[in-house]
Order: sequence, then structure tokens, then C-alpha cells
Amino acid sequence: MSKHTLSVLVEDKPGVLARIAGLFSRRGFNIDSLAVGPTEHADVSRMTIVVNVESSPLEQVTKQLNKLVEVIKIVELDPTASVDRELVLVKVAATAETRGQVLDTVQLFRAKVIDVAPDAVTIQITGNAGKIADFLRVLEPFGIRELVQSGMVAIGRGSRSISERSLRPVTVPARPAVG
Amino acid sequence: MTEQITGAQSLVRSLEAAGVTDIFGIPGGAILPAYDPLMDSSIRHVLVRHEQGAGHAAQGYAAATGRVGVCMATSGPGATNLVTPIADAHMDSVPMVAVTGQVGASMIGTDAFQEADIRGITMPITKHNFLVTDPAEIPQRVAEAFHIASTGRPGPVLVDVAKSALEAMTTFRWPTELQLPGYRPVTKPHAKQIREAAKLILESRRPVLYVGGGTIRSGASAELRALAELTGMPVVTTLMARGAFPDSHPQHLGMPGMHGSVSAVAGLQKSDLIISLGARFDDRVTGRLDSFAPGAKVIHADIDPAEIGKNRHADVPIVGDCREVIADLVTVLKAEADAGHTGDFEAWAEFLSGIKRRYPLGYETPADGSLAPQYVIQRLGEIAGPDAIYTSGVGQHQMWAAQFIGYEKPMTWLNSGGLGTMGYSVPAAMGAKVGAPDTTVWAIDGDGCFQMTNQELATCAINDIPIKVAIVNNESLGMVRQWQTLFYNERYSNTDLHSKRIPDFVKLAEAYGCVGLACESPADVDSTIEKAMSINDVPVVVDFRVNRDAMVWPMVAAGKSNDEIKYARDLAPDFDRVEDDWEVRPA
Repeated sequence: MSKHTLSVLVEDKPGVLARIAGLFSRRGFNIDSLAVGPTEHADVSRMTIVVNVESSPLEQVTKQLNKLVEVIKIVELDPTASVDRELVLVKVAATAETRGQVLDTVQLFRAKVIDVAPDAVTIQITGNAGKIADFLRVLEPFGIRELVQSGMVAIGRGSRSISERSLRPVTVPARPAVG
Repeated sequence: MTEQITGAQSLVRSLEAAGVTDIFGIPGGAILPAYDPLMDSSIRHVLVRHEQGAGHAAQGYAAATGRVGVCMATSGPGATNLVTPIADAHMDSVPMVAVTGQVGASMIGTDAFQEADIRGITMPITKHNFLVTDPAEIPQRVAEAFHIASTGRPGPVLVDVAKSALEAMTTFRWPTELQLPGYRPVTKPHAKQIREAAKLILESRRPVLYVGGGTIRSGASAELRALAELTGMPVVTTLMARGAFPDSHPQHLGMPGMHGSVSAVAGLQKSDLIISLGARFDDRVTGRLDSFAPGAKVIHADIDPAEIGKNRHADVPIVGDCREVIADLVTVLKAEADAGHTGDFEAWAEFLSGIKRRYPLGYETPADGSLAPQYVIQRLGEIAGPDAIYTSGVGQHQMWAAQFIGYEKPMTWLNSGGLGTMGYSVPAAMGAKVGAPDTTVWAIDGDGCFQMTNQELATCAINDIPIKVAIVNNESLGMVRQWQTLFYNERYSNTDLHSKRIPDFVKLAEAYGCVGLACESPADVDSTIEKAMSINDVPVVVDFRVNRDAMVWPMVAAGKSNDEIKYARDLAPDFDRVEDDWEVRPA
């Protein structure tokens, strides 16, 4: 098994997330991570889906995704030619004695304190999965009280856009389909 | 100013603009506004007795005519009753549009009376579906629904329209363009792939054309025949493709699969090249996948890229419409033939005809003088002929109807292949008869299947849809019983339906305004069928009371390798004998 990152451009329509999530579950694929958001085109959303599968079932899931009418384009991002990031907000216990060490860790990882309470700090960190795992391991001994993590988002390096070619308006002339 | 009409009027106009002439359905609260303008429309609405009947009728209509079948139902239970036919149409790639009413937009999500999230429910079993709450969107969504249902790999599309959208005022404009940026089916095959396929065909020694339902949906029968006759390659037609290639053709080996002919199973199993045309390597065809056709390379042509390589690796994948794929193959192979390059398949063809001769389809005549179900079906096919349309339910009678009727033309054999829906036969026959009113339509049904949907006999009798029904009455859930005989030590748990006692099918037919006939002796079979054939003003139901112990052979048991095919109980074909004969021939 290996991780694959799929960038999926979809029409921004109600129910499209349910269609995609449903397809993964009924075909027996687990989603490791999922992030959905708007793109540079008003009617198009982009999903970044991380799946942990062999390559031949991945081909099947990609083909099945492509059959969904609201899916416009699917690209598998090559990890060496793309950048990926996750966002974590984490609430860490910080007493008078430990606060200094916690803040040192924040500095070291170029994270950011976004809220302070008498006995805790809330920290924001972005990075790839490895950096975030390292950061959380260092914070662990201080006492992680609450943690929330986004799905991974990823983008290809260089000047090209994956939406460039696929978003030209494709219209099919209407004709009677019956009789 | 543009004319102001209701959303309901816009819906009916949209259906008319899409070319709809017939709808099968039942009104109810949420869809009620649409039924009012339907009264003034040119569209014929057939009022069925159960929404499942509407769905299967739409399927039968589509499968018999190639046009999109349309069914209509109200929200909640009306819509959920369509779920089975929608799933069936999805599995068998039937072009169908289902229109359902939904509760008013402001009520959605409140557990309102007769509310069901039919769009959510049908997401996995439709090609696509829509929920329409804005009346202005109705024409656009209907146009898209018909386009999606009928193009690419056909399938069911559901359009769920909120009652509030049907009641609101709007304007009607039939769209000239469709907004489907993610929907671009590829129909034209890649020339390079065609050349690769032609090369493999010419290099092969034991090729076989594995023909699936896609050849029927794409109307590729003429091209298929040209390809087969140009090359001399043997042909097998799957359950969904019966009729795509004439049964009487000497190159036809029959149906492959769990209950396929020995020659068709052997043809695939021993081939060195499978040319799959609109087929999907279903488990009922392949048996145990890892031992299926172990020596064969595969050319897999399908309009749906996701089918290619799904179950079996494809050496040459071809994405495209079957008719275009086959036509292009014919062009390339003709050019090769003109240049003196042809395949040499004669020894192979002879080997397979040897198997076909040695192991023909057959059955035992019961010693007690009772009626063999296979005989009934065989005679029915011979008397009604290849111009009739045959539908079936699911089970033993379905397999016998696939085996013992000689199909010569596409779209004359309608059945539930993928989903295996008992109860398909009668409503599908009704739909087929509406679509092809001048054609004789026989529903070949089991006594179990018939009791699931026979209420549509009322619809047929009242609406002048004179179908003919042959109940192959073995008073059991016959296929399940066969498995109990073979695999459960003859312990017949809950398969005895007592249908020779209850109900009285003749009386039931008469109660529904049909002619009811019964037959239990081989001597009366022909005269009974001829009598049924002579009645064309009302539906006819014939209760053929057959021997209950008849079994479907040949059989590859579920999960077993095709090499373990039995052509009768405990009897395996002796391929080696035929093979020895064959292998001494010079290659």
C-alpha cells in the first residue's frame, strides 16, 4: 500500500461531496485525508484526496470518479513535483514553568501562538505531514488538550495550472434523445 | 413578454421537447401538479399498479426500442418503489429517466409527509441524478437527464422535482446547450488501439469474440456479423447479448458462463485471445477469475473506461462505442486481408464445432410423462419465432429461455442480467409492447417471479396492451431449489411455493380481464401456445404446470473454475478426447 494524492476538480454543486465520499466507501477505499475548497474559478471546487492503496485499485477508483458527471478533472500529484500542506490548531497546557519551553518549540518550528490562557496556549502550525508529526511529538509531554487538523491541500510546482485546459466551456448541442 | 407557465407545465413541455411519447407512472401528492398538464399533453401516460411496474416497463420499453424509457412517481414511497428498477437499469445499462415529485422546497429535510431523500438514495444506482427546486431550471435539467441517459454508456437518470417548483410560475425555454463540463463520453476509438487489436487478432490461433450487451445498446449487430464472417472467428454471446449474433449462425458457440453451453465456455477457456466487445467479465461469465481463460490475451473494447481492466487485465484496451470499434476493426482487417494477411483459425473453429456437436444443449424428458420446462420454452420459441420479443424473470426459466429459444435479432431478448430482479418479466413485457405494439411479446416467467409483479396484468388489460405470459410453474423458487438439491443435501428450506394449488393462475388471469389457459401435458403444448398466439385483443396468461425437479445444465458452480463445468449432474465434458483429435492436426 502506498499513499497517493488526487486533485479532483468538481462542479460546485450541492451533493457533490456526498457523491464522492459515497463512491469511495462503496468501492471499499478508505480516504486518509480530504480537503475541499473553492478555486480560481467561481463554479469549480477542488478536492485534495489522499488515499492509501495499490496502484491498480487506484486506477479503478480514478476511473470510477471520472464517471461522476460533476467531476471535471482528476490529477494524481507527483510528490516530487508538488507541495503539500496541512494546518493544525493545537491547545497545549502551559504552566508558569513550561510556558517558556512551549514557546521555544513554537519558534523552532516556525509555528504561531494564536491564543493565550493562564494555563494553556493555542498554536497554529502549517507544514507537510512529517513536520506536523514532529511538532506534535515534541509538544506531547507538555499535555495536548485539544487538537484539530485540516485535510491536506497540495499544488503542483511550476507555472502550469491543472485547471487550464479542462475548464474551457464544453457544451454539447441539445438534441432529442428520444425517438 | 415571455409566457408565464407553471413549473409543472414546464416539466411536461420539457418532456415533450425531449421527444417523450410514453410514460409509465402513478400520481401522488408531490407529483400531482405535473399530472394536470399531462392530461393535455400528446404524451401517453400508462397508469400502472405499482411503481416498480412503471420502472420495469420503462426498462422494457427502452430495451425493445433503443429509446429512453420514462417512468414517473410521487415522493417518498412512490420514489422508493422505483429503486429496484433504477438499480436494475444501472446494472444493465438501460437508458431511462425517472421523474419523481419531492416535497416542497421549504419542507425538505423536515421529515415531511411522504418525504424521502430519493436523490441521496439513488446516488449509487443512477448514472446521475438531480434535485430541482428552482422552476427555471426544469428544462435544462430535463434536457441534461435525457442526454446523459442516452449517450455514452446508457443508464438511468433521476430528476427529483420539488412540489414548490412545480407549482411556482416560470418561463419555458428549451436549452440549446448543455452545462455538463465533466461529461464527455468517448465514442470514437483510437486508431492506434484498433491497429494493435488487429495485429493481435492476426497473430492469434485461438481467438474468440466475447460479445456483451454493449453490442446491443450500440446497435452493432451488422458490424459484428461482418467482423465474424470476415475473420471466421467463433462468437459467444452473453446473457445480455443474446440476439446480437444469430443463434443459427455456424460460428455461434452459444452463451458462456455459469449456465453457458459447453462449447462457449470451452471457447473462452481454451482461447489464446479474447476480443471482448461491450462485455464486462462478470463473475457469472468468468467463474473463478484466477483460472478464467488462463492462456488468453485480452482485447477489451468498451465505452466505459472503468470496465476495462476492472476484473481482467486488458492487453489492448479500446475505449469507444462498440459499433464504431467493430466497424473500424473490420476496415483494418479487410485492408490486411486484401494485402494477404489473414488469421488461420480453421483448426480452432473445427475443434470448437467438435465440442458443440459432442455437447449440445439438451435436457431429459421426465419419465413420468410430466412436462419438461425446457420443452415448453423451446416450443414457444419455435412457434412464436425470432421476430417476437421475449422477456423473462430471474431463475431457472430465465436460463432456459436464454438457452432454448433461438434468437436471431437484437433487442428481442429482454431480461434482468446484472441485478437479477425477480418480477422483471411482466412489466418489462408491458413496456416492450407499448414501444413495439405490432410485435408479439412473450413474458416467460416463473411462478415465483410472476407473483411479484403480476398486478400489471390489470394495466395491460385496461390499456390495450395484449402481452402474452407463459408461467413456467414448477411450484417452487426453482433456481434456489436447484442449489438446495446440489449443495444443501436436498433440504428444501422455504422454496416450496405450492403454486399449483394457490393461486389458481387461470382464475387470476380471468380476474384481471385476461384469457387464462393451463397446460400440463406435452401433447397439449403446441395447441396451447397456438391458442395463445391467436388471441391478440387481450393479454393471455398460460399456466404451464411443469416437472418441478428439472435442473439447469450445463453448470459451473459458484466460485468454481470454468474448467469444472458439468453438462449434467456429475458429468464433466471430456475435452481431452476432442483436444487429442485436434492436436494431431498440423498447425
